[in-house]
Amino acid sequence: MPVLDKDGTQVWRRRTQGQAMLRWFGWLLGVAVFVVCWQRISDSTTWFFVWDAPRIANDIWTRATPPRWEYITQLGRPIWDTLNIATLGTLIALFFAVPVAFLAARNTTPSAWLIRPIALLIIVSTRSINSLIWALLLIAIIGPGVFAGVIAIAIRSIGFCAKLLYEAIEEIDQTQVEAITATGASRWQVMAYGIVPQILPAFAGIAVFRWDINIRESTVLGLVGAGGIGLQLSSSLNVLAWPQVSLILLVILAAVIISEWVSAKVRGAII
Amino acid sequence: MSTHRELDDMLGTRWRKPHFVTNPLLRWGLIVGFIAYMIAAVMTIEVDWGRVYEGLDRGWQFILAFTKPDFVSRAGDIWEGLLESIVMTVAASVVGILISIPIGLGAARNIAPLPVYVICRGIVAISRALQEIIVAILLVAIFGFGPLAGFLTLSFATIGFLSKLLAEDIEAMDKVQAEAIRASGAKWMQWINYGVQPQVMPRLIGLSMYRIDINFRESAILGLVGAGGIGATLNTAFDRYEYDTAAAILILIIGIVMALEYLSGIIRARVQ
Repeated sequence: MPVLDKDGTQVWRRRTQGQAMLRWFGWLLGVAVFVVCWQRISDSTTWFFVWDAPRIANDIWTRATPPRWEYITQLGRPIWDTLNIATLGTLIALFFAVPVAFLAARNTTPSAWLIRPIALLIIVSTRSINSLIWALLLIAIIGPGVFAGVIAIAIRSIGFCAKLLYEAIEEIDQTQVEAITATGASRWQVMAYGIVPQILPAFAGIAVFRWDINIRESTVLGLVGAGGIGLQLSSSLNVLAWPQVSLILLVILAAVIISEWVSAKVRGAII
Repeated sequence: MSTHRELDDMLGTRWRKPHFVTNPLLRWGLIVGFIAYMIAAVMTIEVDWGRVYEGLDRGWQFILAFTKPDFVSRAGDIWEGLLESIVMTVAASVVGILISIPIGLGAARNIAPLPVYVICRGIVAISRALQEIIVAILLVAIFGFGPLAGFLTLSFATIGFLSKLLAEDIEAMDKVQAEAIRASGAKWMQWINYGVQPQVMPRLIGLSMYRIDINFRESAILGLVGAGGIGATLNTAFDRYEYDTAAAILILIIGIVMALEYLSGIIRARVQ
């Protein structure tokens, strides 16, 4: 137990001298890194604009209120597109995520040395790149439109769904699988009767969870030209039509809240 | 005396897999509704297959570009953008985590009084409902182009994420330990410091690491709307069809995310 000698009496302390010094230097280093980072941000900022910001914010606020309510009649189609991008994207992603997850899970992969790393690479590379970047890329390849948005959402979701799903597969109860195997079931029958029923609730939960996230993401995909309500947002921003911008933001907010509510309800019913 | 049991009905009939949705009305309703929606959705999507076919060639070139990424010819831009992304991530994570701790404490119902709770939950809800990119657009309009807008966006998003999860963890903590500290006559700060903090610290560290990871990924897109970071460079590379440079940037992003994930795995394993 580390103690400190103080006027002849021993006082308890949490760490030894060495540990305390090490921690102190750790904190010093952390603070130094932060200060350097802040310095760089500060250097590339025009501080005049920042001091002027309250006036600008106030100006934008007066321009943006009240929202132009009658513009909502033109938003029906973009909202429908947004919903389609999210839903179809999620479905396509699940279609690919299931095999990838089975190949990536330690207990179902056919080869831990060859196939599992490939599946894990697919998961990490699709997951670490944002759907907006995928959309940018797909627009350069297959042209702007809803279809590019669907594919972008699908690619981005594969890694996410497959990761959660393979973790669920690795956590299954092995005794059930053994019981099915003991009846003489083939590999596919073991899959269908031993593994799938165990992960089905997790699968449904993941699907709805990702759908909720995809609704959020597909509302902004239009900013780069991939369809949906973001397209209206970006064109309104480009012509500085702030009353329309505020209405679109309200619609997006409502869509996000509704989708979160739906996903919470469905997940509550499953689990 | 005959008792009717469910098993008697089943004897002699073949076993059938139980359905996932047990209510047949709900099940068929879901199936029919789903098919109807699918038909409507697929009908309204306009796909220009000719354009897609033309694009396949470019798509293939892009995939080929991953085999020979070009780190060199735009090295200056890539380095600048990447450094700015990292700087934004570090600064925003530090500030975001520092701010989200008091808000997380305030948003936990078992610690905070009702008015504080309502205010803190409100902040969390607003921060979570607004996406990073939309916040970034507004902040760029207000504060001008540059990494400051990105830094503020990421800090704001960190607050919503971390405070909510921290508050949930505090609400799920073991009351007994906190009460024991309180019974020893501790003041409020001491109570938090010795009764609550040790219980939530491992999870807080884990979540913070996860958030740093997310912040870096998000910082890669903020450049699209002028909020600093690697996104601007990436966008330019796509616009100029310089796929080899774009591939190099994407490889760097994936590499850094993988490194961060590995690091956070080690740290989480150590603290838990």
